[in-house]
Amino acid sequence: MTDVSVSPSSGRKYSGEREGLAPRSRPLIQRPDVLIFLAILALVTICATVLAQMGYVSTSTVKLLGKTLCLCLAALAMDLVWGYTGILSLGHFAFFGIGGYAIGMWLMWDRTELIVLETLAQNPLPPTPLEIEEAIGAQIFGVVGSTEIPWLWAFAGSLPVQLAAAVLVPGLIALVFGWLAFRSRVAGVYLSILTQAGTLALSLWLFQNDSGLRGNNGLSGLQNLPGLDDVPQSTISLWFLWASALALGGAYLLASWTVSGRFGSVLRGIRDDEARVRFLGYEVEHYKLAIFTGTAMATGIAGALYYPQAGIVNPAEIAPIASIYLAVWVAIGGRGRLYGAVIGAAFVSLLSSWFTGGGAPDIDLGFYEIKWTDWWLVLLGLTFVLVTLFAPKGLGGLVDLWTHRRSTRVDDLGPDQGSLRAEEDRP
Amino acid sequence: MSALLEVSGVSKSFDGFKAIDNLSFSVAEPELRAIIGPNGAGKTTFMDLVTGKTRPDTGSIRYGELSRDLTKLSEAQIARAGIGRKFQKPTVFEDQTVFENLSMALASPRSPWTVLTRRPSMEVRAGEVAERVGLTAHLARRAGVLSHGQKQWLEIGMLLAQEPRLLLVDEPAAGMTSAERERTTEMLVEAAKEHAVVVIEHDMEFVRRLNCRVTVLHEGRALAEGSLDHVCADPRVIDVYLGRPETEGETADA
Repeated sequence: MTDVSVSPSSGRKYSGEREGLAPRSRPLIQRPDVLIFLAILALVTICATVLAQMGYVSTSTVKLLGKTLCLCLAALAMDLVWGYTGILSLGHFAFFGIGGYAIGMWLMWDRTELIVLETLAQNPLPPTPLEIEEAIGAQIFGVVGSTEIPWLWAFAGSLPVQLAAAVLVPGLIALVFGWLAFRSRVAGVYLSILTQAGTLALSLWLFQNDSGLRGNNGLSGLQNLPGLDDVPQSTISLWFLWASALALGGAYLLASWTVSGRFGSVLRGIRDDEARVRFLGYEVEHYKLAIFTGTAMATGIAGALYYPQAGIVNPAEIAPIASIYLAVWVAIGGRGRLYGAVIGAAFVSLLSSWFTGGGAPDIDLGFYEIKWTDWWLVLLGLTFVLVTLFAPKGLGGLVDLWTHRRSTRVDDLGPDQGSLRAEEDRP
Repeated sequence: MSALLEVSGVSKSFDGFKAIDNLSFSVAEPELRAIIGPNGAGKTTFMDLVTGKTRPDTGSIRYGELSRDLTKLSEAQIARAGIGRKFQKPTVFEDQTVFENLSMALASPRSPWTVLTRRPSMEVRAGEVAERVGLTAHLARRAGVLSHGQKQWLEIGMLLAQEPRLLLVDEPAAGMTSAERERTTEMLVEAAKEHAVVVIEHDMEFVRRLNCRVTVLHEGRALAEGSLDHVCADPRVIDVYLGRPETEGETADA
């Protein structure tokens, strides 16, 4: 195979050619990875719903599952931006937090308003709008020693505005940040540091009491939906599970579509050799900006779905370490394949809850007792290092092993195809 | 024949070293031109300047009927204006199939939104290019598993797929067998019937086969220009280049 078939009419028509090209032109919904993923997602969601309604699965487990799906969505976005495009953003979890804050503001405001109105209704005189506002301000901002309503909360009473903010604020921040960074061709580790610094700055700002977002208290009571006090949490948790599953399923379809075809080729080209992509006439910066902004918006949606299930969002959630976790999940799951990101996020975050929640039995070594609540992070860090060094394909690589074994077992491959396949597998 | 590319008085230095020194050069459309010169003569820097990878310190590079100033355009804009480049070392996207490599190169809209939303089938056009470079049988294979020669062909295919007006080709025959060289020659001569082709080459035998006008580059300046026999007879050329032992297998130009 060192010799080139110089003549263009070297009749050997490799019949695998059609087979190789087919998946690209096949509709998205018929692709095996998409089908299998959607089937598993639907199965998990439906099973959890049925079991929860039969009482076998607790509300907190349903919430854990719903939250995990949101984390998977964030990991999916991270995989697009890092695994496919090669931009190691260590700030995407900030967008997750912003999404949570945006929806949290409405949840807190609207619910407080209802409570305030109820209380004030007992007064002999009907309350004036100013009185209502003051009462809400005192309720929400009392913890940070203020009754004034910050400008950030101007539209907190409007669900559509806050929903839009959950998507648009991350998008806008990513757009401005990305435009400045990519335009100056900041890339690689410098970009990672920059995103990390931005995340730290945001988190530190949020920690301040005068940020207008209740400082380190964050926003709480988010699990209670305004006006739905008589709906039990067991039902609300299922709503959010379904919403999270739908968002993840939709995002998976959208992401699969994005990385297929020429657009996906350009993204992977940018990851592997961005100068070469430029010489082909593609404005690399525009592509990076598009993917950076798009994934920031998707991450914002994930956060907006996550925090009502978590019940509380505070600045610690946005701490730089959270964004690093996101990268760790994607690395362990397998970069550059969408299901890898989802597997990594689900596997590691569930395992993390198990270890840190006291699920894992402590190991008594006699002279020292390994408490997993303390040692889990060490284990995770070690796993990350080992995966990066020895299994760069991550957990997703296991899928390769399986599909390769299957494809070589299929009998209807002609000898020609079979031999070519063997050649491909060698390097 | 009017000039398609007009380089005038261009200089470029790196840390005090003058890689290109007051160079003037022009190429018409159609024309086939070879640039030869010893190591460090500035051949690759010249290509970098034209394709926007590096910016000149002084001088202007004008292109096309509108005489657009290339020094003010980005690499991608220059590529879209119709300047295609083939690198000395084959640079293809090894992780992607031959088909994907070609489909990225095929002349088509390049903006993210159009590429994302409008997805015309490229199989026929990619197939045509693959046939021209003899890679039809390998369309579905990853470029990374191709042999060195096949990668060279793939990159030439990608260059042709862009349908450029000016083709800058850096040592196309490096690492090729004699049969492949012959075919490369044919292809370049064919392309030069309609477009401007600039070939940077080390191999004098290959240049002789191209049978075209030759520019000899030395220390960033055009030392001589004319037919190969003409420049070979030039005493200055003999002195700096031909008189010395051949420096084959150049790996990195300045």
